[in-house]
Amino acid sequence: MLRLLWLIPAIPFASSIVLALVGARISKKIAAIIGVASIATSTVISILLTWSFLGSSLPKNSYTQVLWTWINVAGFHPRIAFYLDALSLVMILVVTFVSFLIHLYSAESMLESEGYSRFFAYMNLFVASMVTLLLADNLLLLYLGWEGVGLCSYLLIGFWYSDFKNGLAARKAFIVTRIGDTAMIVGLFLLFQHLGTLHIQELMRRATEQWPAGSALPIAAAALLLGGAVGKSAQLPLQTWLPDAMAGPTPTSALIHAATMVTAGVYLIARTHVLFTLAPPVQLAVAIIGAATLLLGGCSALTQPDIKRVLAYSTVSQIGYMFLALGVGAWAAGIFHFMTHAFFKSLLFLSAGVVIDAMHDEHNIFKMGGLRKELRLAFVAFLVAGCSLAGLPLITAGFYSKGLILSEAWSSPQGSAILWLAGVVGVFLTALYIFRVIFLVFFGEPKTPVTKRPAYKIKIPLVVLTVLSVVGGFVNLPPVLGDEPWFTRLLHTALPSVGQEHFGLLTEVRSEEFITLAFLVGLGLAYVLYHRRRQWVEVLVGNRAGKALHEFWFSGWGFDWYYDKLFVQPVMWFARVDKSDAVDTFYNGVADLNKLLYRGLRRTENGQVRWYAASIAAGTVVFVAIALFL
Amino acid sequence: MDAMFYVAAAVAILATVMVITRLNAVHALLYLIVSLLSVAVIFYTLGAPFIAALEVIIYAGAIMVLFVFVVMMLNLGPKTTEMERMWLVPRMWIGPCILSAILIAEVAYLLSRAGVAGKGTFSVGPKKVGMTLFGPYLIGVELASMLLLGALVGAYHLGKRERLEIQDVVDSDATRIASGGDLVRPGVGGPSRAA
Amino acid sequence: MFALGLAGLLVRRNLIFTLMSIEVMLNAAGLAFVVAGAHWWQPDGQVIFIFILATAAAEVSVGLALLLQFHHQNKSLDADAASQMRG
Repeated sequence: MLRLLWLIPAIPFASSIVLALVGARISKKIAAIIGVASIATSTVISILLTWSFLGSSLPKNSYTQVLWTWINVAGFHPRIAFYLDALSLVMILVVTFVSFLIHLYSAESMLESEGYSRFFAYMNLFVASMVTLLLADNLLLLYLGWEGVGLCSYLLIGFWYSDFKNGLAARKAFIVTRIGDTAMIVGLFLLFQHLGTLHIQELMRRATEQWPAGSALPIAAAALLLGGAVGKSAQLPLQTWLPDAMAGPTPTSALIHAATMVTAGVYLIARTHVLFTLAPPVQLAVAIIGAATLLLGGCSALTQPDIKRVLAYSTVSQIGYMFLALGVGAWAAGIFHFMTHAFFKSLLFLSAGVVIDAMHDEHNIFKMGGLRKELRLAFVAFLVAGCSLAGLPLITAGFYSKGLILSEAWSSPQGSAILWLAGVVGVFLTALYIFRVIFLVFFGEPKTPVTKRPAYKIKIPLVVLTVLSVVGGFVNLPPVLGDEPWFTRLLHTALPSVGQEHFGLLTEVRSEEFITLAFLVGLGLAYVLYHRRRQWVEVLVGNRAGKALHEFWFSGWGFDWYYDKLFVQPVMWFARVDKSDAVDTFYNGVADLNKLLYRGLRRTENGQVRWYAASIAAGTVVFVAIALFL
Repeated sequence: MDAMFYVAAAVAILATVMVITRLNAVHALLYLIVSLLSVAVIFYTLGAPFIAALEVIIYAGAIMVLFVFVVMMLNLGPKTTEMERMWLVPRMWIGPCILSAILIAEVAYLLSRAGVAGKGTFSVGPKKVGMTLFGPYLIGVELASMLLLGALVGAYHLGKRERLEIQDVVDSDATRIASGGDLVRPGVGGPSRAA
Repeated sequence: MFALGLAGLLVRRNLIFTLMSIEVMLNAAGLAFVVAGAHWWQPDGQVIFIFILATAAAEVSVGLALLLQFHHQNKSLDADAASQMRG
């Protein structure tokens, strides 16, 4: 059964090729069937594999399937091989399952768009690359998947390419993640040069043997890998691309920029956790980046009028939580939050998609209202997902995962009270912004009429994800609420567990209490500001300080402006200055020199006999001289 | 013998200078004949009487006469003398004089390096020359005769008047095509065929 | 003599003078041969001079015929007038 592992990336890859080749000639129905069925097959195989994996006991708790040796040159021989352990198992299970639901959703929602089969080709290619990334047993194959998802992200953001703005957004995403990718590849070079292999498990082993903790090399390698993760996961300072990436279709935003691709960075850090453990400053940097980003994302989400941009900043913020978890050494907690986040964030995006479609492609939440009666399913879905996101106590998945992260942030040896506090403030901000959206969109007076309602292909994913957003947390109950950390126990076969320094039952309860408090405060504030007394918001934003703060948060803390001034303007200036290419002048100079010589030599051919005779005489003189004196 | 050589040499050089600086063609030709005759004297002092005779007969006698005939035929009058005067400004002499001077210097250097000074004015008689001609240089003789034949035929053809008329060719393309002639073979008929 | 002939060739524009200068040069070359032959007491120098003589004769006849044609074409004997093959 485990031998079916390679099919999980292979089937979507094959279907993507099929769709690319014949997509234009087959009907939309067939394209949808191919596109969705391939992911469905991968999901089924993942589930079967989970069964098999959990049932059996494997040596080293992992299973490797080698397909062939990719490159074999001078001691460098990465293989096309897939490595299945608890970490990658959980990740592919979530990825394939959520992808399947989103593909089903998009089979209906993309019907009106042109390029239907192209969409499924790209999405399938994306899933294939993502699974390759997750299952790769060496960093080069991981990088292949990494680049693949980056490519598909670019293709899908700019899916409706006839609108120039989409192309710009796609380009921005690609370039910003490229910066991270370059850091990562340099990291790979460093690792190979010093440790001689890119095979992950072997790499980890050699690193612990050869590199003392805290020395320069692991710090450099971990920092470079962190650079790659930061780019792909849209964390500080490379987070600017994710809000603009909302230009793509909603299923894309749901799949790539919420549930899967942006978590690739989290996976990378979790996978190479040994390097980060060997480089404590870098791990601290991970935590700080996570904390800072979650606050930045939260504040920015508070000011966005576009519903998808709110969700984008929310994603940035939630991945900050995952980074925070990884930074304090709570590896399993980060992955747990990834799983619950995949459920509720994709659900948020999908129901937002239903709302947008119903509002005839209107994205502005201030133009929506009162939809809870019109779009009941979307309302329930969005509400449940929003509560899960904010962490409604006890009955939502997000509560458990976020609670775990925050308690680890407090109690881990690398954690600190400041990080915990940042997390709690983040809870408050999250509740505030998501309930702002809920109250503005689903309550109040209707502002735009509803034009479209979803059918079964959309309804089923919404229902499934709603259920999962509720029960998804129950796989890991904290000590005070049942003490069944089944999920983390599973992951601890692949990831180290975190130390518990300041831990105690009381601490746990306290932490949960503060989270609940923050949630309630946020919810209450949102209720007041956006449901009851909307004019207070005007007042807050109306005065000068409030306006400046609003502007600042709206622009994502001004990062686009910094980068424009710092990088884009100088490059454009240079391009303008170098318009007549400086390097080309050399080559033009060669041509010009030849033309000069030609003009000069041309004058020696003037048709006059005496001139020719003179040149013969001169030549003779020269030759005689050479013969005489040399 | 030596004195005769130097005198004849001086005369030859002086006459050659006159040749290249005269304005009138006939004057130049006459000076050229003088130059050739003095070279013949030099040949005689070198002990090659046969060659001296040949120089006078063929070079000064036949070739120069040919020149004179052509000059007479061309009827170059005072107008050409005027043009020559215009063309022969001293400025024109600078370049060629420099070139020639360098050439002389090089040859002189070459000769001085060879370290000569074998003085033998032993005469090489015509008999010996004849035997060498018809011995080792037989093929050369045959080739020279073929050369002369070629020159004869060429001169005959090139001397004909109705040929290589560029104006005619340009004007009478039609007639050329019509009459079936081209640049190599003259066509038959055609109205612009002037003698 | 050769240098003088070369100078004359380069200076004079009238074609007759050009031909005359060529004759001078040929003569000078022949003189060199004869002197060499006399130096080494061999008849080869004189033999070569005979060949040079034959060559000069052939060249003069053809050259003068060409000169006549040239005069007929261009109505003058200016060497610089015939520069249609310039680059």
